[in-house]
Amino acid sequence: MDLLLIFISAAIVNNFVLSMFLGICPFLGVSNKLEKALSMGLATTFVMVLAAMVTWLINNLILVPFGLPFLQYVSFIIVIASLVQFVEMFIKKTSPALYRSLGIFLPLITTNCAILGLALLAALREYNFLQSVTFGLAAGVGFTLALCIMAGIREELDLAPVPEHFKGAPITLIIAGLLALAFMGFAGLISG
Amino acid sequence: MAASKVKRGYLTEYLKGLWDENPVFRQLLGMCPTLAVTTSTINGLSMGLATTFVLVCSSTIVSLIRKLIPDQVRIASFIVVIATFVTMADLFLKGIFPDISKALGPFVPLIVVNCIILGRAEVFASKNDPAKSFVDALGMGSGFVVALTVLGTIREIFGTGSLFGLVNFEPWVIMILPGGAFITLGLLIGLLNYLKEKTGQQQAAPACLPVDSQAEVN
Repeated sequence: MDLLLIFISAAIVNNFVLSMFLGICPFLGVSNKLEKALSMGLATTFVMVLAAMVTWLINNLILVPFGLPFLQYVSFIIVIASLVQFVEMFIKKTSPALYRSLGIFLPLITTNCAILGLALLAALREYNFLQSVTFGLAAGVGFTLALCIMAGIREELDLAPVPEHFKGAPITLIIAGLLALAFMGFAGLISG
Repeated sequence: MAASKVKRGYLTEYLKGLWDENPVFRQLLGMCPTLAVTTSTINGLSMGLATTFVLVCSSTIVSLIRKLIPDQVRIASFIVVIATFVTMADLFLKGIFPDISKALGPFVPLIVVNCIILGRAEVFASKNDPAKSFVDALGMGSGFVVALTVLGTIREIFGTGSLFGLVNFEPWVIMILPGGAFITLGLLIGLLNYLKEKTGQQQAAPACLPVDSQAEVN
């Protein structure tokens, strides 16, 4: 029950993109085609789950017992960067087709602040191992959801008459704002 | 003669960050903190200053060690330099301004992955001498501070329904909610595009695609 709450809270109510502003860069950059958005979302979810596991282990088995929490940022970001590199090599070897379809998005995941944010939030809230992994999975699902909704809207937007000066980034931001308002409708779903 | 030329060079490097290549309004970099912490002027300003500190320090250091770092591991090295300064900034804020540190929450540590900083390290500092990198970082940082402060002020005025305590009106709750952040920034960028065209300057570089800039970074 506890895990279900964490999942729904991170995926929908406190959506990483639309209510916590994490991962805005890929959200604005990669959300112009539905297919691309889905690939990016899945790759990010994958890294998020792995990162949640590994950073939990590092934090609770190394940093906390040895009294080194001030090394959190440095060690987390190194873990994430190497994790992304590792995933990239792994996918390249095992599934070249998937590797080609993800292309440039894989290395970009390192600079996605949603992943570091996830690791830091999980450490801050003192989740146990299972909770951290659920949190990572939920954050990934929420990210994918937001990215796909946005991509669907932007595909339609190509045909819509938009004022000259609002083409591109401004209209995308305004739509994101409306989406964020819509997601607030879930706010009463879970208290706390 | 030569000296004045050099000086002008530095001035342009500085000014380009404020307007022509403003990281927030023109390049759409560093969006996460821009949207998340600008619920009030003071939050926006302190976030901007913290980021500028990290940006200036890391750009200078990266520029100093640029010839020592092998090409393959440069991104990782940049990130370690940045993360070190972020840890310093975070501990400083926690120690001296605990209230602000609490209000900014996880966004102080998240300066590590702010694309402005890694972007400047990769695009500028790793190719230029320390003095130039310092000025460039200072300019970009100032542009970031201005953008965050403007956004924070607008949202605070409408969100609290009071203009410096002089004029009072019904607060627009939406302005301090997540949705308001996106909409305010969208309208602001649209307005700036309009002004830029009005004043006869050439059309802005096509609003950036963070992807492109990040692709450069990587």
